[in-house]
Amino acid sequence: MELGFSADQRLLQKTVGDFLQAECSAEWVRAQWQSETGRSPDFWAQLAEIGVPGLIVSEAQGGLGLDETDLVLLLEEVGRVGLAEPIASTAVGTALLASLPDAGPTAVWLPRVAAGDAIFALSQPHSPFVADAHVADLLIACRSDEIHAVPREVLQLEAQASNDGSQRLFRVCFETSAATRIAEGEPARRLTEAAVDRGAVFCAAQALGVADQLVKLAADYAGQRVQFGVPIGSFQAVKHMLADVMVKIEYARSHVHRAAYSVAHDTPARGVDASMAKIGACEAALAAGRASLQVHGAIGYTYEQDVHLWMKRAWSLDLAFGSSVFHRNRLCAGVIDQTIPAHSFGYSPPGN
Amino acid sequence: MDLSYTPAQAAFRKEARAWLETNVPATALVSFDVAEGFEQHREWESRLHAGGWAMVPWPVAYGGRGANLLEWLIFEEEYYRAGAPARVNQNGIFLLGPTIMEVGTPEQKARFLPPMASSEEVWAQGWSEPNAGSDMANIQATAIRDGDHYVLNGQKTWASRGAYAHWLFGLFRTDPDSSRHRGLSFLLSPLDLSGISVRPIQKINGKEAFAEVFFDDVRVPVENLLGEEGTGWSVAMATAGFERGLMLRSPARFQSTAWRLLECYRRAIEQGDPVVPGMRERVARCWMNAEAYALNTYQTVSRLMAGGKIGAEASLNKIFWSELDIEMHEAALEILGPGAELDPSAPAAGDVGGWLDGYIFALSGPIYAGTNQIQRNIIAERILGLPRK
Repeated sequence: MELGFSADQRLLQKTVGDFLQAECSAEWVRAQWQSETGRSPDFWAQLAEIGVPGLIVSEAQGGLGLDETDLVLLLEEVGRVGLAEPIASTAVGTALLASLPDAGPTAVWLPRVAAGDAIFALSQPHSPFVADAHVADLLIACRSDEIHAVPREVLQLEAQASNDGSQRLFRVCFETSAATRIAEGEPARRLTEAAVDRGAVFCAAQALGVADQLVKLAADYAGQRVQFGVPIGSFQAVKHMLADVMVKIEYARSHVHRAAYSVAHDTPARGVDASMAKIGACEAALAAGRASLQVHGAIGYTYEQDVHLWMKRAWSLDLAFGSSVFHRNRLCAGVIDQTIPAHSFGYSPPGN
Repeated sequence: MDLSYTPAQAAFRKEARAWLETNVPATALVSFDVAEGFEQHREWESRLHAGGWAMVPWPVAYGGRGANLLEWLIFEEEYYRAGAPARVNQNGIFLLGPTIMEVGTPEQKARFLPPMASSEEVWAQGWSEPNAGSDMANIQATAIRDGDHYVLNGQKTWASRGAYAHWLFGLFRTDPDSSRHRGLSFLLSPLDLSGISVRPIQKINGKEAFAEVFFDDVRVPVENLLGEEGTGWSVAMATAGFERGLMLRSPARFQSTAWRLLECYRRAIEQGDPVVPGMRERVARCWMNAEAYALNTYQTVSRLMAGGKIGAEASLNKIFWSELDIEMHEAALEILGPGAELDPSAPAAGDVGGWLDGYIFALSGPIYAGTNQIQRNIIAERILGLPRK
């Protein structure tokens, strides 16, 4: 029993974190918002060089052969810089293809993912919209009882502008056929559920980074901004607001780290674990956004100031891979109705 | 990360469960905040000690079991599962004990730890004074060196367990010219010395949970100084770190409450009681938060076992469990409806009493061990680096 990360895992997080901090300034992120595709093939190539897209691709296929517990640490760093490149959807697609009994698609696609030469977009039942379909080489479309893998060339896309300028959302139309179908029936349902759980955990991990950054922006500002002759950060009203957010982040992080293990090991209560991670982390990020905006005051309410970059990430992450409504209902189904497994960590009540 | 228990850990759990099933009293003990209950709880501690379960993570030489912190967590899970009595000597075993282990001399360890482990000696804490509450550095009580004794004068208050305890630990000003955090020393004093008077204080439910302790030229031998003279503040902060950060409130305590809340909610639904709007999710959230606390504690323990330390993040912890405890009890009382105001002794009280007692205790959570407002200051200043002034 060990609920923590190895020195190697922490080192990888720091290495990638340092790289992202150096490359993805707020100015760079803003430029991405303004650009036509919102995505940078050059930057994706750099990410591939340090192994990010291929993190959970097996070593035999050119990846690092690591798992979701490693990836969530990196995704925290991704959230911290407000980066919206399709790392999460590519990883969800990678895990899905790797779970197929047919090794064919895996052999074709995963070496390309590891090489930085393929991006996946994910269509899943909780949203009519697909992020990053315009840059994806393959759309993996999870419909409740069939999963299709559709190459970009045959997709018809209708862009849907998002409030979060880093997001690129689309409504997607395509013809399905036996050739595009990669799973059906019960296996498709299970794979879809697993994909949603993974995506939820990956969003949650990014939300932690977003939340951290929003608090950091507020703390930095509160330490410098002087009113009544003192930095506003010396006022308890400001301190306590940020401290409350820190409490939320701390306990959300515990859920996220455990849920990463649950999806990596496909544990029985994976679904509820993922929901708790998603609820906790996204609520922490939303609360961090509100608090950060309030601490900044009027300047934070401007487009020019950076707070909204992360606030809007929090909003869109909250909606991705199952909105809060889905995850809260699933939490209740597990805990109250016990119609799906919910696992009590360590403690078991009398009679159980 | 490996979230499975080893066979040895599973065997440890089984052994603890078996012992507790045989030994936990079938009927609840009287509250340890009344004289009769205090003695009942000491008897329980003595049985626990004889069974080798009183101090799971302590070295065997000091009356412990020599287990590691993970095994301690497992034991705690079984302890709450078994519905075993609250720990009457918690000030000693969870707060002072680890501090003595860290800074005590070999003689102090040998003298104080074994009778603490068996609750032969029960400890009260003496931090607060009438003018040193949240502002603990404003301590006025003095301990002036006189030969091989310190002479203690002044007043401590809100001394938990003070009404019946045998010993008190606390901070005293050994340098009368000092101010604030400097010149304080951590002293251990028997409560039956000449010059000490104890005035029990009734807590909000009328029970004598704490006391005022007056010192009037009380002579305490210098062997009872814990750590170096003048370092009392940092010694006390180590104690506070344990209190807020790990030992005092193990997660199983809150998980067991969350499960009882779940049962309480299900029973109300089955009985067709009026549905409390929003309660379904509130109950699920309480369960989720109790799980978060458990996960977080396992993370802390994993970190400590890998050589890490508890820092200012202990303050996050204290806010989280104390607020969760209140939320859970408020939810239960709301579900229970009109009976919620009944005293536990009322014939119709049923299991409302347990929730009401628990609620009244939970209300002290955001106040003791440093108010939650003080914790928020600590988080803002030490973790986020916001200016003190």
